[in-house]
Amino acid sequence: MIRYIDVHKSFGSNHVLRGMTLDVPRGESMVIIGGSGTGKSVALKSVLGLVTPDAGQILVDGRPAGAGDRDAFLARFGMLFQGGALFDSLPVWQNVAFRLMRGALKRPRSEARDIAIEKLRRVGLTPDVADRLPAELSGGMQKRVGLARAIAAEPEIIFFDEPTTGLDPIMAGVINDLIREIVVEMGATAMTITHDMSSVRAIADRVAMLHGGKIRWAGPVADMDHSGDPYLDQFIHGRAEGPIEAVR
Amino acid sequence: MWRLLGGIGAPVLAILAAIGRVTIFAGQTLRHVVRPPFYGREFMTALAQIGWLSLPVVGLTALFTGGALALQIYAGGSRFDAAAVVPQIVAIGMVRELGPVLVGLMIAARVTSSIAAEIATMKVTEQIDALVTLSTHPMKYLTVPRVLAGLITVPFLVGVGDIIGIFGGYQVAVRSLGFNSATYLQNTVDFLEPLDIVSSLVKGAAFGGIATLMGCYSGMSSGRGAQGVGQATKSSVEAAAVLILAANFILTGVFFSV
Repeated sequence: MIRYIDVHKSFGSNHVLRGMTLDVPRGESMVIIGGSGTGKSVALKSVLGLVTPDAGQILVDGRPAGAGDRDAFLARFGMLFQGGALFDSLPVWQNVAFRLMRGALKRPRSEARDIAIEKLRRVGLTPDVADRLPAELSGGMQKRVGLARAIAAEPEIIFFDEPTTGLDPIMAGVINDLIREIVVEMGATAMTITHDMSSVRAIADRVAMLHGGKIRWAGPVADMDHSGDPYLDQFIHGRAEGPIEAVR
Repeated sequence: MWRLLGGIGAPVLAILAAIGRVTIFAGQTLRHVVRPPFYGREFMTALAQIGWLSLPVVGLTALFTGGALALQIYAGGSRFDAAAVVPQIVAIGMVRELGPVLVGLMIAARVTSSIAAEIATMKVTEQIDALVTLSTHPMKYLTVPRVLAGLITVPFLVGVGDIIGIFGGYQVAVRSLGFNSATYLQNTVDFLEPLDIVSSLVKGAAFGGIATLMGCYSGMSSGRGAQGVGQATKSSVEAAAVLILAANFILTGVFFSV
């Protein structure tokens, strides 16, 4: 469903992607792992047009990403940002219902609020949170609100950018379980980038490792532990010694 | 010699490039103004933020400036027996120059900085990216409502500032300098011409547009982290203040050159 073909992206002299090629099958949960600064976020944002690749192609259902009606294209996606990226000036329910209050998916205000409260409930938040401002919530609650916003319009494809960063292990586990449940329940295609191995094991159907701007290894999550790839092995076991330089 | 030329050329090129970027940004804003969707709620919020909430600071600034102006004109005019011109000079000074310029600068300090800091923070925390993923164009959602609100509300603020400034001069003249109340008001009304008022309001619209546009531009083009937000805020106020004073010079020339 999502296909990267020899994608390149540089920022000045920093060549982040150097020919990334990867297939993300429809309805599967793909997790891209890799060290900090290896281009995982760039790979994700390139699909949505937040970053424009220098070369190569990204296809979504066989069509170039972003081609045609951009609003209709973006309406197929939901995204959970690393820091939540909630709008400070809007109460929680308006953050969740943002897409439902504007544009092609616009609903009456009361209906949008009802959907927002239902989505908040789905991610384990009570309706009294709806009228609070994001700044009044803990980090874990903000992630849940971000997750509720990502699924509010029931997208076909959901992106998760470092979903457990900054959370304690218990809250990280809760978010991982929520993501897995929601993706299975909605039948959505999911793409997650993370370097948290507990997230990988909880969320992934398939795993791809990005290293040196290319996909180093890709395969089912069950094969990850006996891949025979020294880079992947070093990464998943968190060893300082191995082919990946610890200081980059 | 080459180093000297390079030292001059580099900043000149940087300034020209910045002017080019701001011009492109202004053009993009204009393009989005005339194409739907239009975000009415954000526009109303911007009207309140830029117009209504700026009234206290604009009013106080104009009041004290009008009073000080009356004192200065009286003291200076007394040196050559021209103390009686206080009402006329206060009126013309406030309406043609001080009202628009002071309101413009206060808006640059209060509104430009706040817009730049807010949008820059949104950029740093990926809220701008989030807007895009939610099928909302950041220019339409953030820039257009603010710039339109600036164009519409600042002329009103300038009008209010002019009136309050004249009122400040009147209070000082009548209460401290011995002017007759009715004569002072009559002289003020008689001396002001429609062109004075039109020029004041046109300047207000131009300064409102500059102040909000520079806030949005600096916010949208900010760098990373807290330093990026701080730099965007600082540069937005500097640029807005300089552009407002330059625009004031040009508009004064357009309206009043003989």
